[in-house]
Amino acid sequence: MSEPLLSIRGVSKYFGGVHALEDVSMDLKAGEVVALAGDNGAGKSTLIKAVSGVYKADRGEIRLDGTPISFESPQQARDRGIETIYQDLALADNLSIGANIFLGREPKRRAFGFLPVLDRALMADAAQETMRRLDFHVDRLEAPVSAFSGGQRQAVAIGRAIYWNAKVLIMDEPTAALGVPEQRKVLALVMALKEQGKGVIFISHNLGDIFAVADRIVVLRRGIKAGERVPAETTSDEIVRLMVGG
Amino acid sequence: MTALSSEAAPPPGRTFLSKVADLRAWLFLVILVIFFETWAQTVYGVTFVGNTYNLQSIGIFATAPLLLALGQTFVIISAGIDLSVGFTMGLAAVVSAHMANLGASHLGLPPFLSMLLGIVSGVAVAFVPGLVNGWLIARLRVPPFIGTLGMYGIARGAAYLIAGGMTVPVSNAWFAWIGNGRIAGVPILVIIAAVVVLIMHYMLSQTRFGQHTYAFGASRVAAVRSGINVGKLTMRIYLLAAVCAGLAGALYSGRFAAGAAQAGEPLLLSSIAAVVIGGASLFGGSGNIAGTVAGALVIAVIEYGLVFINVEPFWQFIAVGVVIIISVLVDQSQRKLLGGRVDE
Ligand SMILES: Nc1ncnc2c1ncn2[C@@H]1O[C@H](COP(=O)(O)OP(=O)(O)O)[C@@H](O)[C@H]1O
Ligand SMILES: [Mg+2]
Repeated sequence: MSEPLLSIRGVSKYFGGVHALEDVSMDLKAGEVVALAGDNGAGKSTLIKAVSGVYKADRGEIRLDGTPISFESPQQARDRGIETIYQDLALADNLSIGANIFLGREPKRRAFGFLPVLDRALMADAAQETMRRLDFHVDRLEAPVSAFSGGQRQAVAIGRAIYWNAKVLIMDEPTAALGVPEQRKVLALVMALKEQGKGVIFISHNLGDIFAVADRIVVLRRGIKAGERVPAETTSDEIVRLMVGG
Repeated sequence: MTALSSEAAPPPGRTFLSKVADLRAWLFLVILVIFFETWAQTVYGVTFVGNTYNLQSIGIFATAPLLLALGQTFVIISAGIDLSVGFTMGLAAVVSAHMANLGASHLGLPPFLSMLLGIVSGVAVAFVPGLVNGWLIARLRVPPFIGTLGMYGIARGAAYLIAGGMTVPVSNAWFAWIGNGRIAGVPILVIIAAVVVLIMHYMLSQTRFGQHTYAFGASRVAAVRSGINVGKLTMRIYLLAAVCAGLAGALYSGRFAAGAAQAGEPLLLSSIAAVVIGGASLFGGSGNIAGTVAGALVIAVIEYGLVFINVEPFWQFIAVGVVIIISVLVDQSQRKLLGGRVDE
C-alpha cells in the first residue's frame, strides 16, 4: 500500500517564456483525495493536463502504479485509467445515462439471431448499477440527462469514469457552477469515490470544500509548489498565505 | 453520504406530455385526413381516404421528398443542414437517364441491365457531392449552410451541363416499371421507399453511427471527448444524405421516363419541412425516422388533398407554411415546459 498510485516528480512545463510549472512533485495514493489549491494562473490546470495527456511535460517524470507514463493524447490516459471530469461535464444532454456512460463504446447484441443492434438493456443495467455505487438511485433510466439537476449530472460524468474502471479521477472545479445543496452532493460523491479506493485530484477555489474532503492540500503559486499540508494540521489562513505568498 | 435520489423523480405528467408532443406529426396527419375526408364527403359526396387511387397517388407523391428527408434527418440531428440535396437529386436523375440510354445504345445491354446501370450510376454520382460536402464541413470546418450552399450551385450547374440544358428522355420498359409499376396494388416506388425507411430507422436507432449522430448534434465536445472520430462521422452523414438524394434522382428518371436537372429543385424545402414537422430541432440532437415519415406524409396529403378538393393550388404553400410554424412552436414550448433541466 505504500506505493503511490500516481507519482509526479520534478515536472516542469513552459509556454514560451512562461514557466507554467517549475519542478513540481506530488503523490496520490489509492483512496486518497488531494486538493490542488492556488490563485488564477498558478498552474493547477497545467499540472492536471500534464497528467491527463493533454500536454507533455518538458521535464520531470510521472509514474502510474510505479511505471513511467507519457501519453500522446487524453484517450491514451483514459485507457490507462486516468479520467478527467471537466467543468462543462461534456455530456450528450439528449441521451440517457447509460448511453452517456457507453458513448463511443456502445455494446451490441444480435436481434433475431443475426441483426446487430445496440444493447440498451445492458446500458440501462450498467447505468443503474454504476449510479447505485454513487448512492444515486434513478428510476427513469431512459430519461435524457438534460432532465437531471447539476449535481446529478456530475454523478453521471463521474459514473462514466468509474464504470470504465478509472483509478485516478481528476476534477477541475467541480462545484464552481453549482448551488450550495448541489455542491454538498458533489462533495458526497468525492467521498464515495474515496471509499471505493479511487485516487482523486480535486481542484477548487473554495477552501471550505477543500477542507471538507481533502486528505492533503497541495498549494501552487506561480508554477511552483508553495507547500503541502494536511487539513488537520493547518488553517485556512495558512493556505491563503501559501497561495498569495508573503 | 447524502443520497441523491430525492429529486430524481420527474415532474408528474412529463412523460405523457412529451410523448404527445413527440407524436405531433402523426396527430397533424390524422387531423388533415379527417379534414379532407369531411370536405370530400360533404361537398362532393365521395370518400377521400377510402379511395385506393388517392392513397397510391399520395404514396407516389411522398416518395421523392421522403427520400431526401430521410438523409436530411441525420444531417439535421447532427446540427447541420444540407442545401444541396435537391440538385444532387437532379444531377443523379440526369446521369441515370444518360447511363441507362448509354447501356442500351453503346454497351448493348438488355433493358433490365441498362436500368440497373442507370440506377447504380445515379447513386454513385451522388457520392461526389456527398464526399465534398463532408470534406468541406469536417476537415475545413466550413459551416454546413455555406458548404452545402456552394454545393447547391455546383451540382446545379453540373446537372444542367450534363443534361445539355434539356431533359434527357429514357425509353426503357424496366425503368418505367420501377417508376410506375405496382405489386399487389402497391406502387413500386412506395415499396422502395418503405425499405429505405426501415434501413434508415435501423441505422439511426440501433447502430453506433446513429447514436453518435445524436450525441454529436447535442454536444460536439461530448462526442470528441468520448473518442468518437467526428470527422469520419460528419463525412458519413453527408454521404448518406447525398446517397438518398441520388436514389431519389434515379427513381425520378424511371417515373417520368426522363432525367431533369431541376428534378429536386422544389423538394429541398419539402425535405427540411418534413424533418422539422417530424419533430426534429434545427439546433440538432433530436428527431427520428418515424417523425420524418409522418412529416413527409403531412406535406403530401396537404398537396394532394388541396388539389383533390379543387382549391387554388397556391393554398398548399400557405398550409405547409402554417404546419411548419405550428411544429416549431410546439417544439419550443416542449423545450421550455419539459426539456429543460429540473432545477431545484
Ligand atoms: N496553452 C497555454 N499557452 C500559453 N500559456 C499558458 C497556456 N496554458 C496556461 N498558460 C499559462 O500558464 C500559467 C498557468 O496557467 P493555468 O495552469 O491555467 O493556471 P490555473 O489553472 O492555476 O489558473 C498561466 O500564466 C497561463 O497564462
Ligand atoms: Mg484553471
